[in-house]
Amino acid sequence: MSVEPLWEVFVRSRRGLSHVHVGSLHAADAGMALRNARDLYTRRQEGVSIWVVPAAAIEASSPDEKDSFFDPAVDKVYRHPTFYDVPEGVEHL
Amino acid sequence: MSAHVDYLLGLADDALVSSQRMGWWISRSPQLEEDVAMANIGLDQLGQARALLTHAGAVEAAGRDEDDLAYFRDERDFRNVCLVERPMEDFGVAMARLLVFATWQHELYGALSASTDATLAAVAAKARKETAYHVDHARQWTLRLGDGTAESHDRMQAAVEAEWPWREELYDAGTLAPELVERGIAVDPGTLREPVEARLDAVLAEATLSRPDVAAAYSRGRQGRHTEAMGYLLAEMQHLARSHPGVTW
Amino acid sequence: MVLHAHVTDADICNTACYRGGVYGNDFTAPEAARTAPADEPASFRAILVEDGRVEPRDEMPEGYRKTLVRQIAQHAHSEIIGMQPEGNWVSRAPSLRRKAILMAKVQDEAGHGLYLYAAAETLGVDRADLLDALHSGRQKYSSIFNYPTLTWADVGAIGWLVDGAAIVNQVPLCRCSYGPYARAMVRVCKEESFHQRQGFEILHTLAHGSQAQRQMAQDAVNRYWWPSLMMFGPPDDDSPNSAQSMAWGIKRFSNDDLRQRFIDMTVPQSEALGLTLPDDGLAWNEERGHYDFTPVDFTELFEVIRGNGPCNEQRMAHRVGAHEDGAWAREAAAAYAQKQAQKQAQRQAREQAQKEGAA
Repeated sequence: MSVEPLWEVFVRSRRGLSHVHVGSLHAADAGMALRNARDLYTRRQEGVSIWVVPAAAIEASSPDEKDSFFDPAVDKVYRHPTFYDVPEGVEHL
Repeated sequence: MSAHVDYLLGLADDALVSSQRMGWWISRSPQLEEDVAMANIGLDQLGQARALLTHAGAVEAAGRDEDDLAYFRDERDFRNVCLVERPMEDFGVAMARLLVFATWQHELYGALSASTDATLAAVAAKARKETAYHVDHARQWTLRLGDGTAESHDRMQAAVEAEWPWREELYDAGTLAPELVERGIAVDPGTLREPVEARLDAVLAEATLSRPDVAAAYSRGRQGRHTEAMGYLLAEMQHLARSHPGVTW
Repeated sequence: MVLHAHVTDADICNTACYRGGVYGNDFTAPEAARTAPADEPASFRAILVEDGRVEPRDEMPEGYRKTLVRQIAQHAHSEIIGMQPEGNWVSRAPSLRRKAILMAKVQDEAGHGLYLYAAAETLGVDRADLLDALHSGRQKYSSIFNYPTLTWADVGAIGWLVDGAAIVNQVPLCRCSYGPYARAMVRVCKEESFHQRQGFEILHTLAHGSQAQRQMAQDAVNRYWWPSLMMFGPPDDDSPNSAQSMAWGIKRFSNDDLRQRFIDMTVPQSEALGLTLPDDGLAWNEERGHYDFTPVDFTELFEVIRGNGPCNEQRMAHRVGAHEDGAWAREAAAAYAQKQAQKQAQRQAREQAQKEGAA
C-alpha cells in the first residue's frame, strides 16, 4: 500500500494561459505535493503557477457516456460563426 | 592572498562542499520526488560556487579559473566552514544541516545583495531566491520528521543535536578583515546570528523539537583547519582532475 | 482515482515469461500466451484503426493493459536504476561544468522515472506496488545498467551510445497508441535531447585531448558498443510479442529495424569523433543502403538478465537500500499529514460550533 496519495498536477506555462494537466505525483500532503510538482514539472521554466489536486477528488466523465455527453453537440452547427452566410464585401462581421 | 579573495573563497567553498555532499543523495533519498528536489538544491549550490570561484579568480587576477580553484587547492587552502564538510548520509542530518546552512545563507545573501562588490551583490541577489527555497524545503521536512512518528521525532532530534554545535563558525568574524566590512564588501557574520537563530528556533518549536543545549564544536574551517572528513571529500572530488593536469574535459 | 483505469487486480508482474527488458521495449518468450484479438472491444479496435489514442478509462483488452503496465514499469525502473552508473561519477566529475551537467542529467532520469510511473498508474496500478516488484526482482530493468562505469569516459559513452539507443527506441513511442505513455515519452524525449549531446561532447573532448584521454574514450566505446546494440532486444524472429505490440500500436518498429537505424546513425558519428567501433564487420552496404554489422551475440545479454552481470546485485542493493533507509521519513510525512488533517477537522468543527452558538 502506498502511504502517499496521488496528486494530479496542472501548470500554467505563462501568464495569460490556462493551467494544463501535465501529470501526477505522490506526496503525503498538499504542501509537499506542490513543492514536488515544482521540482518535477518546472525544472526547465515550464511554469509560472502550479495547481495540485488530489486525484481522488476529480470526478471525470466516463467513456461509456461519450454518446450522451458529447454527441448532442454535433448537430448544433449554428453555434459556430462559419455557419452563417455573409454577403461578399461586408467586413468586420 | 588578499582578504577579499579569501572572503569570496569562504563563501564559494561553503557552497561547493555542501553541493558535493548533496550530490551523494541523488538516487539515495527516501522517495524519488526527493531525489529530484535534492538534486535541484545541489545544483543551485554548485551554481553559486562556480560564480563565486570565478569571481574570486578574477579578483585575485592570477589567472586561476573555477576549476583551478576547486580542483587544485589543497585541504588547508579551503575556506569553508566545517559544518558542511562532515558526512551527511542520514536524511535527518541532511535536512537539519540544510535548515541551518540555508537559513544562514539566506540571511547572508540578503545582506550581501547590497555589497559594494557589484559582482558579489549580483550573485547574492540570485542566490537569495534559491536559498529561500532551500530553507522552505528543509523546514517542510523538519516539521514532518520532528512532528511525524515517535521514531522520526527521536531521529530528527538527534540530527539537530549533531548539527547544532557546528553553527558557531557561521557567526564567527575571527578571520574576517574588519576593513572588508568597513568598505561594504563583506557582512559582519556576527550580525547574522540574531535573525538566523530566531528563524531556527521558530522552526524547531513548530516541529516539536527542543533547542539543543550544546557547546560549540571546535570549528576553524575558515582558517583551513578542517575535520578529518575533508581530506576524503577532496580526494574523491579532485583525483581525476589531478591525475591529468593541464587537459580539457 | 476516477481519472484512471478501473482495475480490480493489480496484476503488475506477469514476468514468469520475462526474457529481457529494454527500456522503451518489451519482449517475452514464445511460450507466453498472447491474448487473442477476439477479446478486443470494438471501440478499442476503432481507435487503433484511425490511429487515435487510447485513454485510461477506455475499454481495452486485458493483454494490452498488462503489456503496457509491464513495459512502462520496466521503462520506469530502467530510468531510476540508470541513475546509479552515472551517479557514480557525480562526486568525481573532472570539472565543475561537467559536474553540473551530470547532476542535472541524473536528476532528469529520476524525473523520467516519475513521469513513467505516473503513466503506468493511469492503468490502475500503484507505484508502490511497481517499486515492490522491482525490489523483489519480479520486474526487471534494462540490462545495460548492470555494467559498471569504470572511467570518466564511460559517462560519455553512456550519453552517446546508451542514451542514443534509448532515443531511437523512444522517439516512436511518442506516437504509441496509449495516450499517457505517449505524452510521457514526448516529455522524456524533449529532455533527453541534451543527454546524448553531452555524452558526445565528452567523448569528442577526450578523443581530441591527451593520449591518456583518448585511450579512455576508446576503451569506453569498446565496452559499451555491444551492450548498446543489445538494448534493442533479440532479433525479430526471437521476439514473438513484438508482432502483437505492433498490432496494438504500442511498438511502431521491430527490434532489428531500430537496431539498424541506430547503427546507421552512429557509425558516421564515430568517424566524427575519431574513435573506432569494435566490429570488424561494419561496412556500408550500397545495395541495402545500410551498414552491415556482425550479428550480435546475445548469450551475454541473457546471462546479464539472469542476474549474472557485473553489477546486478549492487544496483538492486543500492535501490532497495535507499527505499528501506527512507521508510522512516516517508512514514513521518504520512503521520504528519494525518495529524494536520485531524487538526484542521477539529478547527473546522470548533468554528462551526461557535457559529451555531452565536446564531
